Amino acid sequence: MDFSFTEEQTLLRNTVQSLLQDKYDFETRRKVSKTAEGWRPEIWAQFAELGLLAAPFSEEMGGLGGGAIENMIIMEEFGRHLVVEPYVETVVIAGGFLRDGGSAAQQEAHIPGIIGGETVWAFAYAEPQGRYNLADLTTTAKKDGSGYTINGYKAVVLGAPWAQKLIVTARTSGGQRDRDGVSVFIVDKSAAGVSTRDYPTVDGRRASEITFENVKVDGDALIGAEGKGLPLVEKITDQAIAALSAEATGCMKELNTATVEYCKTRKQFGVPIGKFQVLQHRMVDMFMAYEQSVSMTYMVNLKLEESDAERTRAAAGAKVQIGKAGRYVGQQAVQLHGGMGMTDELNVGHYFKRLTMIDTQFGNIDYQLKRYSEAA
Amino acid sequence: MDMRFSPEELAFRDEVREFIANNYPHELKGARRGEMSKEDILKWHRVLYKKGWVVPHWPVEYGGTGWTITQRYIWNEENARAETTPLLPFGLSMVGPVIYTFGNEEQKKRFLPGILSGDDWWCQGYSEPGSGSDLASLRTKAVREGDHYIVNGSKTWTTLAQHADWMFCLVRTDPDAKQQEGISFLLIDMKTPGITVRPIITMDGSHEVNEVFLEDVKVPAENLIGEENKGWTYAKFLLGNERSGIAGVARSKKAIERLKKIAGAELVDGTPLMKTGEFSRKVAEVEIDLSALEVTELRTLAAESKGRGPGPEASILKIKGTEIQQRITELAVEAVGNYALVEAPRLETTGNEFVPGPEGSQGTAQDYFNMRKTSIYGGSNEIQHNIIAKMVLGL
Repeated sequence: MDFSFTEEQTLLRNTVQSLLQDKYDFETRRKVSKTAEGWRPEIWAQFAELGLLAAPFSEEMGGLGGGAIENMIIMEEFGRHLVVEPYVETVVIAGGFLRDGGSAAQQEAHIPGIIGGETVWAFAYAEPQGRYNLADLTTTAKKDGSGYTINGYKAVVLGAPWAQKLIVTARTSGGQRDRDGVSVFIVDKSAAGVSTRDYPTVDGRRASEITFENVKVDGDALIGAEGKGLPLVEKITDQAIAALSAEATGCMKELNTATVEYCKTRKQFGVPIGKFQVLQHRMVDMFMAYEQSVSMTYMVNLKLEESDAERTRAAAGAKVQIGKAGRYVGQQAVQLHGGMGMTDELNVGHYFKRLTMIDTQFGNIDYQLKRYSEAA
Repeated sequence: MDMRFSPEELAFRDEVREFIANNYPHELKGARRGEMSKEDILKWHRVLYKKGWVVPHWPVEYGGTGWTITQRYIWNEENARAETTPLLPFGLSMVGPVIYTFGNEEQKKRFLPGILSGDDWWCQGYSEPGSGSDLASLRTKAVREGDHYIVNGSKTWTTLAQHADWMFCLVRTDPDAKQQEGISFLLIDMKTPGITVRPIITMDGSHEVNEVFLEDVKVPAENLIGEENKGWTYAKFLLGNERSGIAGVARSKKAIERLKKIAGAELVDGTPLMKTGEFSRKVAEVEIDLSALEVTELRTLAAESKGRGPGPEASILKIKGTEIQQRITELAVEAVGNYALVEAPRLETTGNEFVPGPEGSQGTAQDYFNMRKTSIYGGSNEIQHNIIAKMVLGL
């Protein structure tokens, strides 16, 4: 039993912290998210330079030999600064698919581009009728000579406006919601037949609706075995959930610190409002919600390589915990800041918005409760 | 005891329903107040003014309709049902009743017509950066100089001040008196030199509230309501009225209808979300809370019609009403699922015009964010708990 970080991991956290303190203050973030581009490629290049994009890859793949714990450290710090750049989409998800499901040739072809910061990826999996069910697919990929032809529609593809490459789930056989028959493809966003419509999201990011119309890909675009992709998709989305959990704890940590500080300094009725017991207990509940979330975040990140059933319970459990805690901490942080908490110019509302959206990503509380109870 | 409508009341309901159907400006259907122009916000007001129905809650001598409590309830229900633009409360429900209750004849003649017609747009100068929940600690001061007051200070969270012609304003006229005893109630022309309005953008991207700075603003002494240093009495009277309107029962009913529509169209493994037990139970729960609040409000109104209240019980309506409004928007975000992420255009958003997602889902998350204000404004819900604890339970 050991919950301490290694020297390298502490060093990694310090590296991320000093970069973000230096380059990622709230005002800059707020301004950037309102520009047409919505992100900073130059920050992405710095992430690459400092090795952040290499952290969770093995040394054989050109990485730094880390894993889930490194992702967790980076994502917690990213959460504290509300980083919008697509680390989850590119490193955790696309990197995860390539590392855990890709062939040696695919790894060789694509991981260096991720590590070097040259290639940004997005994960096109959700469909309007499918809600959170990863297998509910109407997008199809039909065998076409040695390759495939993809047709379909993907909803709310986060980070897609910034991406060059897409990981796309499509049905190669079976009925609309069958577990069998799901395949995973690498698709160039610039391929003929891919069309995107971009838009901003409420948490200051960008996403796209993507239509695939007779998009041709080669046989080597397929990740893993044809029709057997769902277990891999589930495994990688659980890795994404583990990373988002860490991001959420970073957001909550900042909200709790800001709220306690505000209640110590804001005076009404002649005393700091933090003297009122009803608010003290509220902040204690916020603190406990955060601590419980940290615990679940550690647990899911430590269990990503366990059996499918155990990993599922850990990921679903963590997602429920951060969903509930994120809602409570976010709402109460706004409430205790009063009118100031409602404003765009204070960071509190921005953390609250991000926490709300983390709950909707990869299945909200209700969905994960069901998933947990079915896996138990 | 009887909760059913009488035949006369049913006939009244049909009459107002038909009136709304025939007269509500059709171009406003589905519009959100946050994105409407000043003139659009006033359109429905002006229609009702012409009809004589703009202030059903006022005494007849000042322009009221003389409707019973039940008729007023039906009127509100029918407006919510048709999703008409809510009338702005600042003139009609806040300063209007203060003026006809505490103002002099001159002030009634001067200000009531503009409130009724909608020609004068009012805003509320209550909160200050240092005085929120502890409103009585306000520091904006007014010093009498001859037949004028000179006002200095700043107000904040001033809703729609960007359009306002007038502000009713709490000012400190006696700095040496006990907090509540040195406050006066002044009416200030927003065109007076020395007034600056600065927008505050809220986290959903809307521009509803503002800061108002007052620097050596010269206000004629005849704009003082009632007596100098008695303003706190009028302010409290106004806050009581603010709270009674805040339950928003009829609007919440409509919001639940919209929620059911969204959850009816959203599919979970091919089945509408609304047909999955877990979600429909959550909707049922908030609907039951709302039914209880509806009857609680009717009981309050009935007591009021007998000349009692609105007393501290109005705080129940504020707390429960806002909790329900917030819960409905929270459930709407859950119902929409992935598309809740999409940002709808607002004044201060990124100018996006492409808003994908199922019908009726647009801006759901922003509505949820925006509604967090309801447990903060009008006396925070914590303050309302204090009021009930002290005034009702005697703790």
